[in-house]
Amino acid sequence: MLKIENLTAEIDGKQILKGITLEVPAGEVHAIMGPNGSGKSTLSYVLSGREGYEITGGSVTFNGIDLLAMEPEERAAAGVFLAFQYPVELPGVGNANFLRTALNAIRRARGEAEVDAMQFLKLSRAKIKALQMSEDMLKRNVNVGFSGGEKKRNEVLQMALLEPKLAILDETDSGLDIDALKIVADGVNAMRGPAFSALVITHYQRLLDHITPDRVHVLMGGRIVKTGGPELALELEAEGYAKVAA
Amino acid sequence: MNTMVTGAAAFLGRFEGLRERLPGGRTPWVAQLRADAAESFRAQGLPGRRIEAWHYTDLGVLAQLGFTEALTLADEAPALPPARAAHRAVFVDGRFAPALSQLPAGATPLSQALDDMEGRLGALAQNLPIVALNTMLFEDGLVLDVPAGVDAGEVELLSFATHAGRAIAFHPRHLIRLGAGARLTLIDTSLGEAEATYLHNPVYEIAVAEGATLSHIRIQREGRSGFQLSTVLAAVQAGGTYDNFTLNAGGRLVRNEIHVALQGPKAACHMNGAQLVAEGQHADTTTFLDHAAPDCPSRQTYKTVLAGRSRGVFQGKILVRQAAQRTDGYQMNQALLLSDDAEINAKPQLEIYADDVKCSHGATVGALDEAQLFYLRARGIPAATARAMLVEAFLTEAIEGVTNPLAQEALSEAISGWWQKEAV
Repeated sequence: MLKIENLTAEIDGKQILKGITLEVPAGEVHAIMGPNGSGKSTLSYVLSGREGYEITGGSVTFNGIDLLAMEPEERAAAGVFLAFQYPVELPGVGNANFLRTALNAIRRARGEAEVDAMQFLKLSRAKIKALQMSEDMLKRNVNVGFSGGEKKRNEVLQMALLEPKLAILDETDSGLDIDALKIVADGVNAMRGPAFSALVITHYQRLLDHITPDRVHVLMGGRIVKTGGPELALELEAEGYAKVAA
Repeated sequence: MNTMVTGAAAFLGRFEGLRERLPGGRTPWVAQLRADAAESFRAQGLPGRRIEAWHYTDLGVLAQLGFTEALTLADEAPALPPARAAHRAVFVDGRFAPALSQLPAGATPLSQALDDMEGRLGALAQNLPIVALNTMLFEDGLVLDVPAGVDAGEVELLSFATHAGRAIAFHPRHLIRLGAGARLTLIDTSLGEAEATYLHNPVYEIAVAEGATLSHIRIQREGRSGFQLSTVLAAVQAGGTYDNFTLNAGGRLVRNEIHVALQGPKAACHMNGAQLVAEGQHADTTTFLDHAAPDCPSRQTYKTVLAGRSRGVFQGKILVRQAAQRTDGYQMNQALLLSDDAEINAKPQLEIYADDVKCSHGATVGALDEAQLFYLRARGIPAATARAMLVEAFLTEAIEGVTNPLAQEALSEAISGWWQKEAV
């Protein structure tokens, strides 16, 4: 589904990604673990199309299509979803309006019929309930005045509504208490299936207690230095990045 | 300086040629009022940039156009938007259009009511050159009286400028009076044909009596070659409220001056507005809030969105007189620049003579937030839609004070119309 080959990228003239090669087959969940400054967030932004990053080499294909040539909204319509490490506040934009606009933009791009306000309400209520969120989150402005946990749950709600083929979860566990962590993990696990892949980017192993990855990659200094099964995460937690990567 | 004198001279020349034929030309008090105004205008001229209040808005271009009066009403009615309210007063090229209007009780065209307006017309006028120009040359306008205790609901006032094939000027004078405890929502729209070159120079004299509430929603969508210089002069008595929302989203050069005097205790004023300024346009909102009595709250929120090569101006002065103890005044103006070639000039001013006062103001200027834009696009929302959403969000705070459903509908149509036409 996602194929990254020898990807190099820089920001402000500084090389961050130094040749990443990685493949996530359909239906699999891969974790990318790495210390601060290893390039984890850069990778997630490059994959989702944020401006300011210069791709200096390599390629990324998504179901065989050149992902790097697409606008961010085209990537979203193709089924790529980034759960932000720091979800952005949008004062003056109602959450319900935002979610419905996004859902309909993606449905339109996929050639599907738009959902009206009533259908949307029904759909979103069901997803909100599953995430144990309060319905008044729909009435509030996007992420404005949300706690850290509420923001992350709002990200997972968006993912649940937009039904991506590939979810990139960028440090989704940061700032979550254990209950919220479980709810978020349940939200991701509920989507798992043969047509859903995920790239779970995290510093710590604890999210992987709840979302069991098929593969774990260790990212250090802009390169994947080691790849293994779920047991690699435990090893990292116990022994630290320096030792495992050595 | 030369062009300034020429501009004034052209208008003065029109007045000299027309003075007998203007409405009330043979009525002594009207003739005197006009002669005094002409004298004032002659002395001041068209305001130039050397005058502080006009430093950011240059009327030089007006001086070169040589406006004349509109001819008699065209036989064919212009294509007006459908009426929203049960009552609508329509003025075409500044003249009352009876066939297109449904006047409410208490409304009369000024051209028919002028004889009864002695002592009322000009009562609120100040020695401002643009008001003097209006007084000198006005032909018509709306006289609207809402008697004490009456809720007049919604009334529409529509000005429509047609393409006359030459530059025309019209100077409507609107006199609006609310009796004690009366209520009115005035939805006041200015439109013009795209090719029409014209100057629309309306002056409003608005008297709000004790406990009355006037909600005045102005929607300025003049044609691209239209000019509007408007002056609202409002006086509010004890416990009364004057609310003004102005959408400034049309014309080549537009200035809205809003002067509100809170003259009785607990009189209130909310002045909000949005300016949407596109390529080649100049929009100016200048407010003057005169706190002359104790315990009066005032709130102002102005938002300006600028695209292309355009210029916006916000000047807001709050004067708190010595008698106006316990004034609660707040003013905020914010600008959003959508292009590198847009310019905003903001000048807030506080002048306070009372000692027990709460008064604050603030100003911000910024561009669209890249992180917000990316967040929306990462959710599949196309860039143009994402920008529109963020602009709409920026305007929300100024617009949410408009609660009348008809006015809300008119505003949101005007805003989305602007966006569809001007968005890049």
